[in-house]
Amino acid sequence: MNPQTIQTHRLPNGLTLVVEEMPNVQSASFSILVPAGSVYDPPGHNGTASILSDMLTRGAGERDSKQLSMDLDNLGVQRHESASINFISIGGATIAENLPTALRIYGDVILKPHLPADQFPASMAGAEQALRSLDDEPRQKVILELRRRCYDSPWGLPSEGDLEGLKSNTADSVRAHHERCFLPEGTIIGVAGKISFAEIAEVVEEVFGEWQTKPAPTFETVPHKTVQDHIHHDSTQTHIGIAYNSVPYKADDYYAAWAAVGVLSGGMSSRLFTEVREKRGLCYSVFASLNSLPDEGRVLCYAGTTTERAQETLDVTLQELVRLKDGIEDRELDRCKARAKSSLIMQQESTGARASSIARDWYHLGEIRTLEVVREKIESLTVPQVLEHVNNYPARDFTILTIGPEALEVNVEVS
Amino acid sequence: MKFHEQRTANGLQLVAELNPNVQSVGIGFFVRTGSRDETTDVSGVSHFLEHMVFKGTEKYTAEDVNRIFDEVGAKYNASTSEEITLFYAAILPEYLPQTFELLADILYPSLRVEDFDMEKQVILEEIGMYDDLPTFTAYEQAMQDHFAGHPLGRSILGTTDSVGELPAEKMQQYHADHYKTGNITLAVAGNANWDELLALTEKHCGHWPSGSHERPTDEARPVGGVKVITKPNSIQQHVMQMSPAPPAHNELRFASELLSVIVGDDSGSRMFWDMVDTGLAEVCELGYNEYDGSGTYLTYLGCDPDKTAENLQRIHAIYEAVNRSGVTQTELEQAKNKVTSRIVLRSERPMGRLSSLGGNWVYRQEYRSVADDLKVLKEMTLDDIHNLLEVYPLGQLTTVTIGPLESLEFKA
Repeated sequence: MNPQTIQTHRLPNGLTLVVEEMPNVQSASFSILVPAGSVYDPPGHNGTASILSDMLTRGAGERDSKQLSMDLDNLGVQRHESASINFISIGGATIAENLPTALRIYGDVILKPHLPADQFPASMAGAEQALRSLDDEPRQKVILELRRRCYDSPWGLPSEGDLEGLKSNTADSVRAHHERCFLPEGTIIGVAGKISFAEIAEVVEEVFGEWQTKPAPTFETVPHKTVQDHIHHDSTQTHIGIAYNSVPYKADDYYAAWAAVGVLSGGMSSRLFTEVREKRGLCYSVFASLNSLPDEGRVLCYAGTTTERAQETLDVTLQELVRLKDGIEDRELDRCKARAKSSLIMQQESTGARASSIARDWYHLGEIRTLEVVREKIESLTVPQVLEHVNNYPARDFTILTIGPEALEVNVEVS
Repeated sequence: MKFHEQRTANGLQLVAELNPNVQSVGIGFFVRTGSRDETTDVSGVSHFLEHMVFKGTEKYTAEDVNRIFDEVGAKYNASTSEEITLFYAAILPEYLPQTFELLADILYPSLRVEDFDMEKQVILEEIGMYDDLPTFTAYEQAMQDHFAGHPLGRSILGTTDSVGELPAEKMQQYHADHYKTGNITLAVAGNANWDELLALTEKHCGHWPSGSHERPTDEARPVGGVKVITKPNSIQQHVMQMSPAPPAHNELRFASELLSVIVGDDSGSRMFWDMVDTGLAEVCELGYNEYDGSGTYLTYLGCDPDKTAENLQRIHAIYEAVNRSGVTQTELEQAKNKVTSRIVLRSERPMGRLSSLGGNWVYRQEYRSVADDLKVLKEMTLDDIHNLLEVYPLGQLTTVTIGPLESLEFKA
């Protein structure tokens, strides 16, 4: 593992800059996280953060929408803006020498967006159509709807909103969301690439130094109910989603949780792929992943299968999840470690992966774990540690959602 | 970065772009076979065979294959297109020997009947999965209609009937006919040693059967048409349109790539400003696809059903204006800047170079460095775009739409 140079700089107003210098590349990437995600959508107005993320680039500072887009294109910035649960996230990558100029433009996008009322209907129409498309794609929809059923509201609400809630947004509610939620405290700027920390820190000071602090917004949570549910859809396959409790990224046993999910679903020799697909041919796609909020986590599983085989697919998948507590072989854990090692090392070839990783680390941990530290944590894992985690967070009390022509039965004994 | 190439005694082509300063190495076997090389009775066999490759050999069981790839932490997979079946792995340099041995060995699988029958179920599930993805359904149907009567019109996945009824012997025959060294290019990008690669190739591929399989590459002469696939319970309308564009061997392909960015990139393009920025469409893009002997402009529109005809007319107006008056110098420069950055970013990872390295060799037997690509881009002029449009104007010849609409009329 090459040594990493990671430096942080906190502005007096609470904004944090995290920089990783990568001298062996030509590019640089940035990931700006503003704590204004969909959890802060006004109750009943869901999708506000999502519309705001689209409206942000429709003119800012001295540039109108077209000028802004053209200037970023000419800087070669491959960019994306989106709302997630926690953040409005603004990211991009380009040739390293163009990054300081790009960051200055994004300063306007964040601090001085025009949010033009006359373009609100267009933005709204785009958001509505994206939701309509999603309705036609049950494979994506099942995970979104599963989250809604296994996390408390608003943590589980889809950040894209839904068609009903979206309609109550107005140009003013979007503007108000920016006014209320865009603040320096909690904003994180991650930068990685062939840049110097000193130069980037100077740009960030200059652009964001005057950003005024204000009180952070709050929201209320409504508990979810663990349920089994079915959504009817005239699809060829039945799309199955399963969720159960795990730990968040900041937890001490996070890497044990990661390894447990790795045994289930990391690589093609993992249990779900082997038992559901390779030995029984029940599906093309089956996986489990670890999903983390700041203070809680879930294992989310998916399997897509033609309707007549869906019941068997659900049965076998649940059996595999429950069986994990009965034991894990050393070789299974070793394979997780091998895959982690190569992923971590290959991350060093991507400025985009590093910029978003260091920004995310700062949010969840308030510090950066170097790749070497992560590797040591994973290398030192033992089977008893992973099993201890599995016993503390056993696969049970499932939330199960199916989308397809027919509902399924849950045939698993869970204590 | 240093380029090497050599053909082995038994006819396997090896190309490598080596760079000791990166952390990983990507290796890929590009087999020049795909749906266009099939016949109706074996439709889908190239893709099915791609799956069977991971089902083991005399030396390795199917479980061994999955297990060993995971033991070395490989990021590996395979893909099948109309023209190429690709098997690849990205690994840390120290695992090259055992990954190379495994990847080479599985290219000649046992094709055991019990594995064949089991994997057939997985393929049928994959067909089911794509059936639930309207954009994929529209794309595949558009390819079939646009290239009707031409080999490029063959389905990659095949149908539940053609795959369901395929006997194992026909796959064995197809494999014997197409997996010959003259049809295979081994591409390696990243941190590896050339002499070691030559030795590994000799050791693990030296016994492979030589020979090749020719394919006819006549340029398609599509006649076009409109097809409406009605899905009453769906919500959004998806449209795929195709029109002839330069083939893979034509130098006009560089201009086509740039033109598609100017006219139909996912942001900052003419179509974006006219339809996506304004909320008339969720997505409206133009892409360029190159094939052996043929090429397509691919238009993709996703929008509310009742806006479909209007949006198609808007696309028509944009294409007419471009065909008539070309593009502006400002647009050209903007697209060049975008594409330059894309090329540089993509090239930073060995896997990003692998597809370019393998693709350039399979289609054109040429090596193009990142610098070569950037130079062509830099030298592109409005005249080049004009020359392209003279021969291959933008168009909407073939249309397939899927969604709630029962009929579609538009003027194009």
